Amino acid sequence: MTSYIIRRVLVAIPLLLGMTFLAFMVIQLGGGEYFAELRLNPQISRETIEQIEQQFNLDKPAVVQYFYWLKNVLKLDFGYSFSRMASVTGLIRGRVLATMLLSTSSILVTWLVAIPLGIYCAVHRYSWGDRFASFFAYIGISIPNFFLALLLLYLASVVGILPLGDMTSAKFDDLSLASKVLDIGKHLIIPTVVIATAAMAGLQRLMRGNMLEVLRAQYITTARAKGLPENRVIYVHALRNAINPMISIFGLQFSSLLGGAALTEIVCSWPGLGSLMLEAVRARDLYVVMGDLLIGGILLIGGNLLADVLLAWTDPRIRLE
Amino acid sequence: MEEVVLARKPRSPLRLAMRRLKRHKTAMAGLFVLVALYLSALFADFIAPYSFDDELRGNSHAPPSKIHFVDAEGKFHLQPFVYGVSFEFDEFHERVFAEDKTKRYPIKLFVRGDEHKLLWVFPTDIHLIGVDKPARLYLMGADSRGRDLFSRILYGGRISLSVGLVGVTVSFLLGLTVGGIAGYFGGWVDSALMRMCEMIMIIPGFYLMLALRAAFPPTLPSTSVYVMIVLIMSFIGWAGLARVVRGMVLSIASKDYVTAAKAVGGKDIIIIFKHVLPNTLSYVIVSLTLSIPGYILGESALSLLGLGIQDPQASWGNLLSDAMHVTEIQFHPWMLIPGAFIFVTVMAFNFLGDGLRDAFDPRMEVGRG
Repeated sequence: MTSYIIRRVLVAIPLLLGMTFLAFMVIQLGGGEYFAELRLNPQISRETIEQIEQQFNLDKPAVVQYFYWLKNVLKLDFGYSFSRMASVTGLIRGRVLATMLLSTSSILVTWLVAIPLGIYCAVHRYSWGDRFASFFAYIGISIPNFFLALLLLYLASVVGILPLGDMTSAKFDDLSLASKVLDIGKHLIIPTVVIATAAMAGLQRLMRGNMLEVLRAQYITTARAKGLPENRVIYVHALRNAINPMISIFGLQFSSLLGGAALTEIVCSWPGLGSLMLEAVRARDLYVVMGDLLIGGILLIGGNLLADVLLAWTDPRIRLE
Repeated sequence: MEEVVLARKPRSPLRLAMRRLKRHKTAMAGLFVLVALYLSALFADFIAPYSFDDELRGNSHAPPSKIHFVDAEGKFHLQPFVYGVSFEFDEFHERVFAEDKTKRYPIKLFVRGDEHKLLWVFPTDIHLIGVDKPARLYLMGADSRGRDLFSRILYGGRISLSVGLVGVTVSFLLGLTVGGIAGYFGGWVDSALMRMCEMIMIIPGFYLMLALRAAFPPTLPSTSVYVMIVLIMSFIGWAGLARVVRGMVLSIASKDYVTAAKAVGGKDIIIIFKHVLPNTLSYVIVSLTLSIPGYILGESALSLLGLGIQDPQASWGNLLSDAMHVTEIQFHPWMLIPGAFIFVTVMAFNFLGDGLRDAFDPRMEVGRG
């Protein structure tokens, strides 16, 4: 297992390198004017800007710049944000935590709702509940994240219980620890529901399909024939076999989750990686964009790897060699 | 000598699939909605009561017009009508619109309005629906500049709906070519191309989309923006497809009938076009249909964030960007309507795609229970 993980990581490294190199070149192609705002600022002299340019090697060719950037990244220094006058490493750290928090809560909600729902629909096939769930699934798959987020924000503004966007309230710093957790929790609800709705729909249908397939298997007939109670047949014999393939979905889902989360973050003004990316693109902040891309890629690879390892761990038939 | 006469011509798989599709209720509903939407976009300037940039600042954020049948004296009119509106400021300095009930403005069909070119060719000033000036017909309310949201949605559909078709075509051509080459030649060409695809797929799509947007200047003329969006979306989209096509080419190339075709001396090019590619057709059609929403959503997302289509041009995404602030939707909830159009379009494509998949592959129906 360990050697498998190491191998996967080793394979991912050249891909990440190639991708970042390509992205770096493409962004440079668009012409980077990183100092437009600084140049307009009368308090900053031309010499200072040139000095910064030299300090960050921005006067060198793009290829050379890339390798300087790479060298720094290996030292965990992601460069400098020219629009915010802050180190990118510090900027990204806070944002990664926020995105991870949102993704984790969305994944939890998705799975906690979708799996039981899928089982219910398979066991009660063609019932009203099943039909309603499949109709709901179509809506969930089709409704754009940003639209659902706007609708929920509108609803929340009418009802007035939930906070409208952001991660913390204005008075957050004065709160006790328990109220702080509660405060973030309240802010989490809308973005979590948005992301989970989209992810849930597909997962629920898959779980239903798997479960139906397993319920047709001969060992289920055998289990029933030998007189086991129906609950035991479903929740012990069938469920364990039906849930296995779902784990590989987990990895696939991770990618769309991150992508969908980014837009939801922006609409709900959740201070995560996605909103950072948008701000960076708007400000043409090269190093922030690069850092964001790299972290996004690493999260995606990590998620896929985690899914494969989980799958091997739960399914003895799969050997990762 | 007896001759066997077939009662009917044998049906081709495509015909059979179409028959199954016709029986698929949700798919047909999706198809119907899509045809209606695309037609409305095509004839946008005729259907829309106003042009997309016809401003009337005095009517900023006018709510959807109330359509009446009964006038102030309680008399019933068969032809629906609206009243002219004017506004006052309330104690929060918010505009409050009130109807002027002294004069009725009947809603008429085929009225004269702005000049436009029907289908970009025939100059005319006839509009499907409208009211006499100075009143305005706001079927879905007005935006901040008093432009009719319904008209802007119809015009916006031209961009939002076509970007899906154009984007999908570009990335499919790319994906099919690259996937076909990789699968057919194999070896280092294959691995080089596939590594390239993986590089693109390693990044979450939305992040990649934004990063690619950074490669273009922040402000561009509107036609270039359109091309840019198509380029960005296709760049992201082709990789996944190329991988799948490569896999299919590999598996089909090892099938017995291909070996047989080769054995009887068929040329490679003929085998590919006559025997291999048609077998990928059903997959291509289904995945084409199901991937169009991705392009529509991509355009919407970019424009929503102000990185795509710019005002005064309309697209569903940039129309929705007016609703990005909570205070905005609180006071003018009709600004959310463009989002509903995106939602309905995506849903219709999903219905149609699922129906096509079931129609091409009847086995799938069993699995779906």
